[in-house]
Amino acid sequence: MTVEIKTMRDVFIEEIYNRMHEDETIFFLCADFGSPKLDALREKFKDRFINVGIAEQNLINVATGLALEGYTVYAYAIAPFLTMRAFEQIRINLSLHAQLKEININLVGVGAGLSYDVSGPTHHCLEDLSIMRTLPHMVVFSPSDWTQAKQFVDYSIKVKKPKYLRFDGKPVAQIYSDPGSVSFDLGFSELQAGESVCLVSTGYMTQKALSLAKKLARENIHIGLVDVFLLKPLNESALYDVLNKYSRVITLEEAFINKGGLDSLVSTVLRKRNSGIRLISLGFDDTYVFDIGSREYLHKLNHVDEDSIMETIKKTIMEI
Amino acid sequence: MEFGNMEQTLEKNLPEYLRKKAAWVRRETLLIHKTAPETRIASSLSAVEIFVVLYYGKILKFDASNINWEGRDRFIISKGHGAICFYPILADLGYFDKKELQNVCREGTFLGGIPDSIIPGFETINGSLGHGPGVACGIALALKRKNRQETVFALIGDGELNEGSVWEAIMFAGEHKLDNLILILDNNRVCMLDYCKNILDLDPVEEKFRAFRWDAWRVDGHDVVQVHDTLSALKAQRNGKPKLLVADTIKGKGVASLETDSLSHIKTLKPAEIDRILEETA
Repeated sequence: MTVEIKTMRDVFIEEIYNRMHEDETIFFLCADFGSPKLDALREKFKDRFINVGIAEQNLINVATGLALEGYTVYAYAIAPFLTMRAFEQIRINLSLHAQLKEININLVGVGAGLSYDVSGPTHHCLEDLSIMRTLPHMVVFSPSDWTQAKQFVDYSIKVKKPKYLRFDGKPVAQIYSDPGSVSFDLGFSELQAGESVCLVSTGYMTQKALSLAKKLARENIHIGLVDVFLLKPLNESALYDVLNKYSRVITLEEAFINKGGLDSLVSTVLRKRNSGIRLISLGFDDTYVFDIGSREYLHKLNHVDEDSIMETIKKTIMEI
Repeated sequence: MEFGNMEQTLEKNLPEYLRKKAAWVRRETLLIHKTAPETRIASSLSAVEIFVVLYYGKILKFDASNINWEGRDRFIISKGHGAICFYPILADLGYFDKKELQNVCREGTFLGGIPDSIIPGFETINGSLGHGPGVACGIALALKRKNRQETVFALIGDGELNEGSVWEAIMFAGEHKLDNLILILDNNRVCMLDYCKNILDLDPVEEKFRAFRWDAWRVDGHDVVQVHDTLSALKAQRNGKPKLLVADTIKGKGVASLETDSLSHIKTLKPAEIDRILEETA
């Protein structure tokens, strides 16, 4: 497989653009946020594209009105502003409504984790996984590569629920073959089986996990790799069956840990089944990142760079 | 825009019919409050004529036997806490059994202190202020894109205008020429803790809407003829502008002790007081 590097949002928007030709029920809204691929869409579909302005609250509310009238709506904005500026609009008009009727709104957020590294903590997005997971009826999608983003288009049209799509802001390498390689029924993928330790990651951190797993393999350390891309809904028992083969599970996310994100999800899966597997959470501690620098530099400062993670893994194996 | 002689545009006996309905709704609302003191009585009493005119004055198209009828006008009740007076109307029109009115706020009922769309006849989730106008914009936009002729009505309170999300919607509606949207402002002048003008004075509110490319009208919100004829004219007019109807109302209308109280929003009437009022107005 030739590995291509692409931006999730461009691949996704291009596919939505293609669908909009035949599917007249698709409406695309944005809060003054663009993408090279969005230019063609907003030019071609002037009647079904609206830039609502820098107004995330109204983005969600207008999306709600359109969805109540049967449109499939995409609401596109920078991830932290989309999820946190307008959280109550999402809670009331998406999550609450979804309990009573079908409502298909796809919140397309760009800038997962530290994608917008040098823009500082207002643009970092470390809370979204936990706060969106807390909402009943909300689908939470955190792809690790652009092919997942592309394959999610079908799901986003067919599954008439509110969804949060957590896209990386930077181009990412291809992990999965395209198309049809991702099971949204499972919500996760076992990328490789290992010996005693399994690394469970989401989003961009899965790219890192793959890279460091290769390095460890050269040292004859073979870890399991699981990519969780659909945090909600997720086939918990299937995930447990995979994790149950290991004695240690390490979660890795570009998000705050111990607060309801991926680590909490995995912890719940294990706890519900009285599992004795030890769980270690890697991610960001209870502190914002004001340091300036590249994503890699910021990861290093926060001990989620490849070397730090490998060190944790080796230490974990030593303790077994 | 001239509406002509207002009394003449109504069917001859309609004004009296609407006034009688309003009096009945007020009594029923007080009776609900008597058994469900958790309800916001003052805020509900200011909006009675608005609901009555919409539903009994042939302003709103609806079908109680088919609540999701595509041809219905949409009515978004953004000031949900003030919609208790809508319960007897919905029951009267057949949306649900009148017996249910005795169960408001009781265990197992669907009629809560603040209504949601679990109640037949309510389109959206209510209770948190500032959401209705934006949702109404989305519905109005959808109807326009589908070339449908229905009108979207939204009811908000004047205190609700403090919410920033309302102004995002106001800007949006003017920009996108949503002339199928009519925002009714229940201008009862009282928030929870004080008169609105003592908190954030927005008068003259029509000028603010006009600056955002809306048409704006002001009526006595307890005068069924004025409310009816203005809404009727506004509904017919598709001129590229969303419409605001400022309905000047009195919070707690019909209950003297509430009408003059800046804290009426959080006042509960005692059963004996309700009995006395009902007797006086019988």
